Amino acid sequence: MGGGDVERLIQLLSRLPGLGPRSARRAALTLLRSPQTRLLPLAQAMEAAAKSVRTCHVCGTLDSSDPCSICADPARDRGLICVVETVGDLWALERSRLHPGTYQVLGGVLSALSGTGPDDLNTRSLMERVASGGVREVILALGATVEGATTAHWLQDRLADSGVTVTRVGHGVPIGGALDVLDDGTLAAALSARRPA
Amino acid sequence: MNFECAAIVLSARRYGEGGAIAHLFTEEYGRIAGLVRGGSSRRQSALWQPGNIVLARHAARLPDQLGHLSGEPVQETAVRVLDRPLQLALVHAATELADAALPDREAHPDFFLRTIRDLTSFCVLVDPPPVGEYIRWEAALLSALGYGLSLSSCAVTGETGDLRFVSPRTGRAVSLSGAGDWKDRLLPLPAFLARDDESLLSEATPEDWLHGLDLTGHFLSRDLFGVRHRPVPDARARLRSRIAGLIHPPE
Repeated sequence: MGGGDVERLIQLLSRLPGLGPRSARRAALTLLRSPQTRLLPLAQAMEAAAKSVRTCHVCGTLDSSDPCSICADPARDRGLICVVETVGDLWALERSRLHPGTYQVLGGVLSALSGTGPDDLNTRSLMERVASGGVREVILALGATVEGATTAHWLQDRLADSGVTVTRVGHGVPIGGALDVLDDGTLAAALSARRPA
Repeated sequence: MNFECAAIVLSARRYGEGGAIAHLFTEEYGRIAGLVRGGSSRRQSALWQPGNIVLARHAARLPDQLGHLSGEPVQETAVRVLDRPLQLALVHAATELADAALPDREAHPDFFLRTIRDLTSFCVLVDPPPVGEYIRWEAALLSALGYGLSLSSCAVTGETGDLRFVSPRTGRAVSLSGAGDWKDRLLPLPAFLARDDESLLSEATPEDWLHGLDLTGHFLSRDLFGVRHRPVPDARARLRSRIAGLIHPPE
């Protein structure tokens, strides 16, 4: 169907998240129908990204420069570091534009199933940044899961002697969420984290 | 093979984009695995956290198949301990140990009921923290899998009182007088583990907990995991270092 190159394109597309063989065929067909406006710019963008994107040695995010644009931005508050699990979490926080500081991407959480231990997490540069001074607060923005919370407590212990304030993001009722549809766990977390109105 | 029963979530590993492969511990079927459609999605991931007790439905055409799992919450243990580091460490260590140690589809009904009870106490008891209960649970795990400790009488003198040590070779208790010059080679036996007395749990100190963890850890490492050439799960080592931190808190 369409020759080896087309089959290979479909095969590679079908490995991407959100795409199966059927949707990969549709995507390939869309690209191939307008090669000048869609296929070639995409191929060029992918090649450029493959050549230029690297891991920031400071925070561990992906960017076309090292240090990344966030770490190099003089307007960022370097005294405030937000620790996240993945680059996707960093992008989500950046979309909200609520965090004025810098980040630390751990690259995972402590997990026996995935074989991730303390040595596999990107924490060395975090400890170096904290030890070098100037850091006031570390925000632990890890998932509200057993593994995420275990990692947060482990990091909290490691930072206990550093003198910086360690905080974590809140858990509870989501915006637009009605109480009667929330699970017991979220309700328990929301009640235990209540504050004066 | 279709059934519906109460189950403890031992682990859930992401599978594909939204799915998960969950390992559960049930009373009648022991440790089972199953594919949960949407198990790692935003809607369902809270349910399949380790330590949660669920009403699980398992459906498979053949007994040997992985099968599909779905579930309803019965007791959400995990979220109740997320903000309590020691209790979280207890739940995490218990579920990781059970997941790694229990054989597939081998029923241990008494141990299942004990695990349900102890998971509840891990998330309810705060002061003193239920570390003694956890160490007793580890001894029960060893016993359920055929490596039980013999703590009723001294292996040397036969006396039933003043049991202070355990032989690292046989797992049998040894009294202070029976230990003699060998006591440095024996594992210290904390009182709350020697006698099934509830009041001893509240009197135990962090040093007693460490002795208890080292005692059960020796036999877990040698008998349960050593024979399979596998390490004891990391969560247990983190629990031990957290308890060691209670004795020597960071300055």
